[in-house]
Amino acid sequence: MNVYDLPDKRGHFGPYGGVFVAETLISALDVLREQYEYYRNDAAFQEEFAYELKHYVGRPSPIYHAKRWSEQLGGAQILLKREDLNHTGAHKINNTIGQALLARRMGKTRVIAETGAGQHGVASATVAARYGMQCVVYMGAEDVRRQATNVYRMKLLGAEVIPVESGSRTLKDALNEAMRDWVTHVEDTFYIIGTVAGPHPYPMMVRDFQTVIGKEAKIQMLEEYGRQPDALIACVGGGSNAIGLFYPYIDDDAVKMIGVEAAGRGLETGQHAATLTKGRPGVLHGNRTYLIQDDSGQIIETHSISAGLDYPGVGPEHAWLKDIHRAEYVGITDDEALGAFHALCRYEGIMPALESSHALAYAAKYAPTLAKDKLLLVNLSGRGDKDMATVAQLSGITF
Amino acid sequence: MNRIKQTFTALQANHKKALIPFITAGDPDPELTVELMHCLVDAGSDIIELGVPFSDPMADGPTIQRSSERALKHHVTLNNVLDMVTQFRRKNEHTPVVLMGYANPVEAMGHAVFAEKARKAGVDGVLTVDYPPEECEQWVDCLEQQGMDAIFLLSPTTKPERIKQVAELAKGYIYYVSLKGVTGASHLDLHDVKSMLEKLRQSIFIPIGVGFGIRDEATARAVAELADAVVIGSRIIEEIENSSRDEVLNRVKMLVRSMRQAIDEKLITT
Repeated sequence: MNVYDLPDKRGHFGPYGGVFVAETLISALDVLREQYEYYRNDAAFQEEFAYELKHYVGRPSPIYHAKRWSEQLGGAQILLKREDLNHTGAHKINNTIGQALLARRMGKTRVIAETGAGQHGVASATVAARYGMQCVVYMGAEDVRRQATNVYRMKLLGAEVIPVESGSRTLKDALNEAMRDWVTHVEDTFYIIGTVAGPHPYPMMVRDFQTVIGKEAKIQMLEEYGRQPDALIACVGGGSNAIGLFYPYIDDDAVKMIGVEAAGRGLETGQHAATLTKGRPGVLHGNRTYLIQDDSGQIIETHSISAGLDYPGVGPEHAWLKDIHRAEYVGITDDEALGAFHALCRYEGIMPALESSHALAYAAKYAPTLAKDKLLLVNLSGRGDKDMATVAQLSGITF
Repeated sequence: MNRIKQTFTALQANHKKALIPFITAGDPDPELTVELMHCLVDAGSDIIELGVPFSDPMADGPTIQRSSERALKHHVTLNNVLDMVTQFRRKNEHTPVVLMGYANPVEAMGHAVFAEKARKAGVDGVLTVDYPPEECEQWVDCLEQQGMDAIFLLSPTTKPERIKQVAELAKGYIYYVSLKGVTGASHLDLHDVKSMLEKLRQSIFIPIGVGFGIRDEATARAVAELADAVVIGSRIIEEIENSSRDEVLNRVKMLVRSMRQAIDEKLITT
């Protein structure tokens, strides 16, 4: 059996990852890497992390058999890893707790974060409140307008939300702005990145904190079903929930891994966020990875119904898993995702996040092609309450 | 001897320091860039740093971001930037041009293709902000094969062992970022700059330019006393931003000329 052991010392997953930042950030990243390398193997740190996940987040999250929906689809059985049941309603909190604990040990009193839909912003504001740290969240001005509820939620939690007016005024610009804040306030500030992107050690660190998803799943599958699933399915924007589920299974070749990207209005329309399917390798936000870019290397605006997938890059480890054919990446359109959103509401009484609905939609396509004794484990990465306004609007309903 | 080396050698012979202005190619519009470059030279600039616009200029402050956005509104590509340098060279054979930008546009073109085209256009050096020395051996080779200098940044937080590492790769001059933060900030501390430059000179034997946060004549003058070159970016971009199209050339010329005078003045009085 192969033993997968990436990234290398400098954060490379094959040709991807690495540290592509200006000299002004190098020393901050060096310190972060050294500190994380230490606490990664520190028993007390890991114990505290596990304790928080159990008592504050409510882990382990269960695996739920979506029986009625599986029957209706008429093929493989669909199992849901219920990250939507976590405190704050998504997998994002796993990572923000990990990074906040690290920030505290590094003596930082202020945390900053970027956010798109607001889920990572909320998860960061939550842990900042929990550990008594100042919190500033950068959010594209366009997203601030689209996600007013989450903006208010962050403010209730004591965070300051700064609308970013530069560039396309969305997630990527919020990330740029957070980096600029960090480089200016590096003495007292810890930058909590929300996904498995950015310069090393972020892709590795965020992955490590999210692997609790896959580690639990491995145990739960064995206990409840006596075997591992035939395939794992997860949505991929930056890719943190997907890598969290996939990583502990990478060496287990019998388990297929499928990442689902946002095909938006269709892969051929140019209005999508299917980075691995339609992008080309390049350098953005501190790492080398696949990017949605034009011929001259400018980053292009993406589109997805789900703000959490609306990102022109993708975690470098996914880029590598694609190239070595260990994982497969597919696209699901806005309409297909919406269909799965409604189906899960109606058949299972679970309202999924629009991000997770992409993974569900692919499962709904894939399951009927398989025998009934096959098991598909879908990461239900977040709950859909935050998306009600979007869905209502698309259905022509106003409150 | 390449143009950058020639320039510094001549300056040193005359006991003068280099003035290096930065403008973004295509800002305020592509038609004006070559004229602006000539105007910078007329006003007393020694080397021109020409910014290649990028959609996500992570290391830049709001002023340079906006200049990049203005250029991108005109769809200025890396190829266009190289064409501008070609045009500039028709009238100017001696002033070094250094391209400054981010990795992705050069990766999209391909390192080797870029290096060849850039050399033909008359580019002398390239500073790629998000290529730290660890990630760009092949890139530096490509530039060197075409006789261009790889310019690197150093910052107040750069550790001694890293300074040595950069010193081995860097050609032309070193660009010392005089403060923590992004371009256009306004809190340069002269005392810090002085002590850091003393450290840098222990392992760096090419000229050192200082930039980030040089906003007025007094600061330019003080920095000129410490460094081999004074780099002025955001302040010039602001001048471009605040001028009508008709006045841009004149106002930039006046600003750069007064910076030039300030830099030279100090050296005469000491």
